[in-house]
Amino acid sequence: MTQTNSSSAPVLSVRGLTVQAGHGAAMRQVVGNISFDVHPGETVCIVGESGSGKSVTSFSIMGLLPKGSLTPTAGQILIDGEDLLTATEHRLRQLRASKVAMVFQEPMTALNPVQRVGDQVDEVLRLHTPLGAGERRKQVLAMLASVHLPDIERIYASFPHQLSGGQRQRIVIAMALILKPRVLICDEPTTALDVTTQKQILTLIRELQQDQQTAVVFITHDFGVVSEIADRIVVMNKGAVVETGSRDTILANPAEAYTRMLVSSVPSLIPRHRALHDAEKVLEVVKLEKVFEEKRMFGKGRRVVAANAVTFAIRRGEILGVVGESGSGKSTVARCVVKLIEPSGGNVLFKRKDLAGLPAREMRQMRQRVQFVFQDPYRSLNPRRTVGDSLIEGLINFGTSREAALEAVTRALVLVGMTPDAMQRYPHQFSGGQRQRLCIARAVVMEPDVLVADEAVSALDVSVQAQVLDLLEEIRQRTGVAILFITHDLRVAAQICNTIVVMRRGEVVEAGDAMSVLGDPQHEYTRALIDAAPGREWDFQNFRPVAESLSLAAAGSAPPIVVA
Amino acid sequence: MSSSPAVAAPVAPASPLLAQLKQTLRGWPVIAAIVVIVALVLVAICAPLLGTSDPGLIDASQRLKPISAAHWLGTDAFGRDVYSRVLYGARISLTVGLGTVVIALSLGLLIGVVAGYFRWADAIIMRVMDGLMAIPGILLAIALVSLSGASLFTVLIAIAIPEIPRVVRMVRSVMLSVRTESFVEAATILGTRVPLVMWRHMMPSTLAPLIVQGTYIFASAILTEAILSFLGAGIPPETPSWGNAMAEGRVYFMLLPGLVLYPGVLVSLTVLSVNVLGDALRDALDPRMAKRV
Repeated sequence: MTQTNSSSAPVLSVRGLTVQAGHGAAMRQVVGNISFDVHPGETVCIVGESGSGKSVTSFSIMGLLPKGSLTPTAGQILIDGEDLLTATEHRLRQLRASKVAMVFQEPMTALNPVQRVGDQVDEVLRLHTPLGAGERRKQVLAMLASVHLPDIERIYASFPHQLSGGQRQRIVIAMALILKPRVLICDEPTTALDVTTQKQILTLIRELQQDQQTAVVFITHDFGVVSEIADRIVVMNKGAVVETGSRDTILANPAEAYTRMLVSSVPSLIPRHRALHDAEKVLEVVKLEKVFEEKRMFGKGRRVVAANAVTFAIRRGEILGVVGESGSGKSTVARCVVKLIEPSGGNVLFKRKDLAGLPAREMRQMRQRVQFVFQDPYRSLNPRRTVGDSLIEGLINFGTSREAALEAVTRALVLVGMTPDAMQRYPHQFSGGQRQRLCIARAVVMEPDVLVADEAVSALDVSVQAQVLDLLEEIRQRTGVAILFITHDLRVAAQICNTIVVMRRGEVVEAGDAMSVLGDPQHEYTRALIDAAPGREWDFQNFRPVAESLSLAAAGSAPPIVVA
Repeated sequence: MSSSPAVAAPVAPASPLLAQLKQTLRGWPVIAAIVVIVALVLVAICAPLLGTSDPGLIDASQRLKPISAAHWLGTDAFGRDVYSRVLYGARISLTVGLGTVVIALSLGLLIGVVAGYFRWADAIIMRVMDGLMAIPGILLAIALVSLSGASLFTVLIAIAIPEIPRVVRMVRSVMLSVRTESFVEAATILGTRVPLVMWRHMMPSTLAPLIVQGTYIFASAILTEAILSFLGAGIPPETPSWGNAMAEGRVYFMLLPGLVLYPGVLVSLTVLSVNVLGDALRDALDPRMAKRV
């Protein structure tokens, strides 16, 4: 952990912050009575699920709450003793970037797309210092070097779209830290980045923090990241602080039930399932290829090989995980399997029948056997139709009568843990986790042989994610369906997959048992992926370091972690 | 496995579209606009019962008379009762408005759906639409009327055709964006056939923008009809319409301004009310505001 100076006075002190939404009589409390301190050189992580108010809190500190809709109505935000809530707009402008800076989640939208990035960093200096152009340029280049960007002269002159996500986030960090502010607020800065890039950015932030003794407020929902970087943790739920404490206290010995529930929902990195070698193969993908070509009038357009010679097989009752970072081609493979996209080459053998070349009419008949669950539960249900209508649609397409279909849907709803009266309601009346259950019910009611889940839990809070993963496991046990599970999250893959396929840039780099791929990876890319996964040393479900769990298991005083 | 029943209010769930439409009916301008429109429609329908006489009855002895007990709004150059002509004129004008909306929206929807879904048709259709849009609407309408002769039906077609490209563009863009939505892909995976996917999952997204555009087309059509009649290329002069009345009254404006003003005021009132309603609908049906529902 970083060296902190906790005996000194806190740099940032939030006391009793209350923020309300709306105006007049219809005011509604969004965040109530939030208090926490941050000392120089310390990292405080604010964790919570969606709707907990962590982003509202961070925006309040910067004075960025949308005027008219969100207003701080009580409390103080003290930076070096000065209350930001009572400061004038002029004073706030002086303080931003010089005393308090922020790094946002989406680096692409945080940078002006039509301005060179060098000029954007330069703007900070221009507004706050009396330096001349030459001197400013020197300082900007020095800052770009300190965030470890290669070829700084070229990057200075580049536009945001010419840089990768990780590079853009480094530019944003450069902008934030160039004036050496006392407080840095990071609002989920690595959520939109690949896990390897995430590791680099976290290291960078820590390095700069130690250099300048900046107080860092880090907002995240990822407990792995929290366990790696936090000195202290603030747990928020529904607009209130549930618990505050040091990193070790919260992770090993949480006092509140909510915190216990939250921490124990984080899946472990240790795989739990063995591969099933005896079952028959249900789906076999052989040398699958997908090439996207830009259509141009003259000559050849750009060619992107999204999937190249991808081969794997799923057996009955097995969950196969396709793991990779963004751009690895895993979603393309999933869409080719269900023929949302037409493969450019290779075979997709469903019980020996090749789906790849199948004409549309015959493919339609096969649709019953292979179903799909999408990533975004907020967009995969038609908002204008009742849940019941949406769920019976598939069965009716294949000739089932309406009554029989309604009955089947009722059973499916019970299977996914929802009540049958959900059928009369509209999707907007359900939460994200509930909607995802409905989508699973919609897929399962068709009694498919293969279920393709494309990042099906990525958009869910960690506690809801745990429930949905349990649900998928239960469905697999009850119906024997084979699941093709696409994910970028190794923890999720470890929790439910029997076999794992690792993809990078359209190619399979490693495939095999979950046990061996995660436990003893052969390919250096797989090793890099596992290495970069944050929080590897902590066993969240048992509230102790992994090393301790392993030694306890070896000594026989705790059950082995592996589940058959 | 924890069972989580849906958390919902005890009232019956409202379809999101209905809830949004209900949102529209707030504020006095909208209520006033609706009252005016309804009143005009009632007046048009009940014209024979509101103390009118035959609007085509020519009486040479009563030419250009001012307001009197016998003729509530005076008479025109042919001695016809202006009050009757204005009330019966409402029928024609509102019919033109409604007819244009029906033709433009239905044809526009059909063409737009085809253009938005089938790539091969898209290029051809959009170039034709671009061509149509390049011709100024009034000129196109005049040309069409001169080609096919003046009658209510031909005027309807002539006014509707220049309105179609805008509807096609809007429908096409909605179709293009909805096509990539997950719930549309889900329907395909469930085995739903393409026409049904279009009807059930994609077209409802066009409903809100269509309604809004329909109100603007309504207003625009009434205005265009008035302009066409003014230029002499509109409804045949025997049929009373606001445009005709204004066109004929133009010559005698210095003598009897009422001949132009009475139908003119009604045209303005109708167009204003319909535009106010359209604006309110557009604000309420804005997808960004849909989150409030």
